[in-house]
Amino acid sequence: MTENHKYIITRKEALADSIYLMDIKAPRVASHCYPGQFIILIADEKGERIPLTICDYDRDIGTVTIVFQALGSSTKLLAEYEIGDAVRDFTGPLGQKSELVSMPSDELAKKKVLFVAGGVGAAHVYPQIKWMNQDGYKADCIIGARSREFVILEDKIRQFADNVYISTDDGSYGIKGNVNDAIKYLVKEQGIHYDIIVAIGPMIMMKYVCILTKELGIKTIVSMNPIMVDGTGMCGACRLTIGGEIKFACVDGPEFDGHLVNFDEAMNRLSMYKTEEGKRQLRAHEGDTHHHKGCECHKNS
Amino acid sequence: MDVLKKVPVNEQDPTVRINNFEEVCLGYTIDEAVAEAARCIQCKNPKCVKGCPVSIDIPGFIKEIVNRDIVGAYKVINKYSALPAICGRVCPQETQCEQVCIRGIKGDPVSIGKLERFAADWARESNIKPKPPEKKNGRKVAVIGSGPAGLTCAKEMAELGYDVTIFEALHEPGGVLVYGIPEFRLPKESVVRPEIDNLRALGVRIETNVIVGKSVTIDELMDVEGFEAVFIGTGAGLPKFMGIPGENANGVFSANEYLTRSNLMKAFDESYDTPIITGKKVAVVGGGNVAMDAARTALRLGADVTIVYRRSEAELPARIEEVHHAKEEGIHFRLLTNPKEILVDDKGWVKGMRCIKMKLQDPDESGRRRPVEIEGSEFVLELDTVIMALGTSPNPLISSTTKGLKTDKYGCIVADEVTGVTSREGIFAGGDAVTGSATVILAMGAGKAAAKAMNQYLLSKASR
Repeated sequence: MTENHKYIITRKEALADSIYLMDIKAPRVASHCYPGQFIILIADEKGERIPLTICDYDRDIGTVTIVFQALGSSTKLLAEYEIGDAVRDFTGPLGQKSELVSMPSDELAKKKVLFVAGGVGAAHVYPQIKWMNQDGYKADCIIGARSREFVILEDKIRQFADNVYISTDDGSYGIKGNVNDAIKYLVKEQGIHYDIIVAIGPMIMMKYVCILTKELGIKTIVSMNPIMVDGTGMCGACRLTIGGEIKFACVDGPEFDGHLVNFDEAMNRLSMYKTEEGKRQLRAHEGDTHHHKGCECHKNS
Repeated sequence: MDVLKKVPVNEQDPTVRINNFEEVCLGYTIDEAVAEAARCIQCKNPKCVKGCPVSIDIPGFIKEIVNRDIVGAYKVINKYSALPAICGRVCPQETQCEQVCIRGIKGDPVSIGKLERFAADWARESNIKPKPPEKKNGRKVAVIGSGPAGLTCAKEMAELGYDVTIFEALHEPGGVLVYGIPEFRLPKESVVRPEIDNLRALGVRIETNVIVGKSVTIDELMDVEGFEAVFIGTGAGLPKFMGIPGENANGVFSANEYLTRSNLMKAFDESYDTPIITGKKVAVVGGGNVAMDAARTALRLGADVTIVYRRSEAELPARIEEVHHAKEEGIHFRLLTNPKEILVDDKGWVKGMRCIKMKLQDPDESGRRRPVEIEGSEFVLELDTVIMALGTSPNPLISSTTKGLKTDKYGCIVADEVTGVTSREGIFAGGDAVTGSATVILAMGAGKAAAKAMNQYLLSKASR
C-alpha cells in the first residue's frame, strides 16, 4: 500500500434504477478540478480504471461528486459500495476544462447557451450550468430520458438554469420524443436563437444532435466518452478522429467541436470490448462452462 | 571448463514458456555464479566500470562472489545502483559493460548482468534491507514519477538524509517497470515490489494517483507544500502512430496500451477485470524492446505473431537477448518491410495490412542506412490485430503547467546532460522526459546525476 489517504464514500444516492450518485473524499482532485473534467477510479484490487465525468465538487470539504450507471461488471461492483467504504484508487482531474468555463465571462455573457443532456449526461451538464450561474448567467437545458423515472437531477438543474425542458421517449414526462424533437421545437417552432449547444449523452445521441445542429447552423460542443486505460495520454486507447486528425480524448478533450467528430468510428471503437465484456459476464454467472464448445453447431462457421 | 566460454544460464524451455508469464531466465545457482565470477581477470583499469552508466565497481562485486560473500557483493553494487535486481535483468549489457570486457576480445565477455542479478536476488532472499540514514536533515524534496529515474534520484536523496516524497500518476509505483516491461522479463511481485519496498525502508514516501500538472502543480509543491527542490522523471509519454489509413480500426493498439492492459492491469490473468483483445494473427510494427515485449505478450495470450520492421536485422534496436528469445519462442520476423495501410472489414475490425518491401541505401553522412521502398513489391498480410510500437512523444502535462520550464522543439524538457539542471531554479529533470525513449539504466544514471547536483544546490542554498 502507498501513503495515500483513503478515498472514502461520504454520500450515496440512487437517482434512478441502476444510476447512482456518490461523493468521494479526494482533496487533491477537489481542489483542482473544473467542470468538464473527469476522474478515474478503481473500485478494488482487481478492478478496471473507470473514467467518470465530474458532476460536482466541494473544495472546502475535499469531495468530488460522480454519477454512474451500473452497466458493466466494474460499475456494478462500484454500485455495491456504501457510505463509509473506500474505493482503492481515485485520480484526477483529467482532461481539459469545459470550453465555456475557459471562456472570458464577458464573452460568455453574450452567448445564449442550450445544454442538451441524455440519460446520465444530465450529471455532466449540471456542473457547467452551475458554473455559468455563478457568473449570473442562466442557460437553457433539455433533459432527455427513456421515461420519467430516468430523468435525473432535474431539481438541481432547475436551481441554476433558466428554462428546463424534458423529453421522454415514451412521453411519460414532458415532450414525447427524443432530444432532437425538443431542439426542433425550441429552435424551429418557438424561434429561440442559441449561439452554442452543449450536448452530452450517449454517443448515438450526440451524433444525431450534431447532424441536426449542423443543419441549423448552431455551434455544438460534445463531451466524448471513449474507452480509456490510463487517462493521462500514455496509451492512446481513447483516440478519436476530429476533423481528420487523431486526437486523444483524455488529454485533448474530452470536449470537442461536435461537427468535426467522426462519430461512426468512435461508436465502433466503443464496441471493441463488447464480446470480451460479455465473456466475462458469462464467466461470472456460469463459471467456466463457456469454455466448452457448446452444441458445436457453429463448428464450421 | 573452457574459460573462453561463459557459464550458460538456465532458462525456461521455449515450448513451455510460450504458455505462461513466468520469468524466462532462471538465473545462476551459487556454484554457477562463482564459476562465472572466476572468469573475471580483475583488470587494474576496468573498462566495464566506464561502460556502466552508474559506474558500478564491477570487479569489486565480482571478487566478492568469487569469495562466496554474496551479501558483500550486493553491498558493493548497492553503493552505486538503486535497482540491481532490475538492472541485472533489463540492462543492455552487450552494448555497455560486457561490450568492453577484456574477456570479450578472445571469447565470451563475463556475464556481468547475470552476476549482478544473482547477487541482488540472493540479498533479497536473505532479507537484506537498506538502513535509513542515521541523521535526517528535515529538508523536503519531491520526485515526480516513480520509474527508474525517479526511484534512483529518491534513493540517493534519502540516503543523504533528505525527506523525499515521490508523486506517481498511476495507482502502482514503478513506472515503465510495472506498466511496460512484462512479467516474463521482470516479475512484479517478486522483483520490482521488493526494490520499491527497499526505498520505503529508507524512509521515502510514495504518493500514488497524483498527476503533477493536474492534481497539483510544481509551483504549488514548492510554494505551498514546502518542497525545496523537485526532480522530474515522468518518462516517455504519448504513443506515436504512423498516420496510415485504417489506424483507428478496431484491433489496432499502441504497444503502450497493449502492455499496460497486460502488465499494469494484469489482463493476462482472467481474475482481473480489465479486458485485452488476444487476437489470432497479430503484427507488431517496430523493432525495439517494446516491440519484442508486445510480440511475446501477444504470443503468450495465444496469437501467431509477426514483427514488421522497416530496416534489417542488424538495425533492430532491441537487445540481442530479447530478439533471440523472441525467435526461440516462434515470433516471425518480416524485416525490411513497412506498412502502407491497415485493411478494415465491414464491421470496422482489422482484416489485414498492406505492406511494401524496403531496401537499405548506402550509409549517409550520419552513417545511417536509410530504408527506401522497393517499387511494385506490395503485399498483404492477413491479420486481426496490429500493435504499433513506434516510440512516444513527450507528454506536455508538466511543461505546459510549469512557467519558465524550457522544452526543446520536440517537447522534451531541456536539462543539462550531466547535472539535470533545467531552466528553473530548484527543478531538475532526467530520463525519457528529457532524452525521449531510452533505457532503464540511462534513466537511472540521469536520476543519480541529478541527485548529486540537487544536493549541491541545496547545500549552497542553505549556506547563502
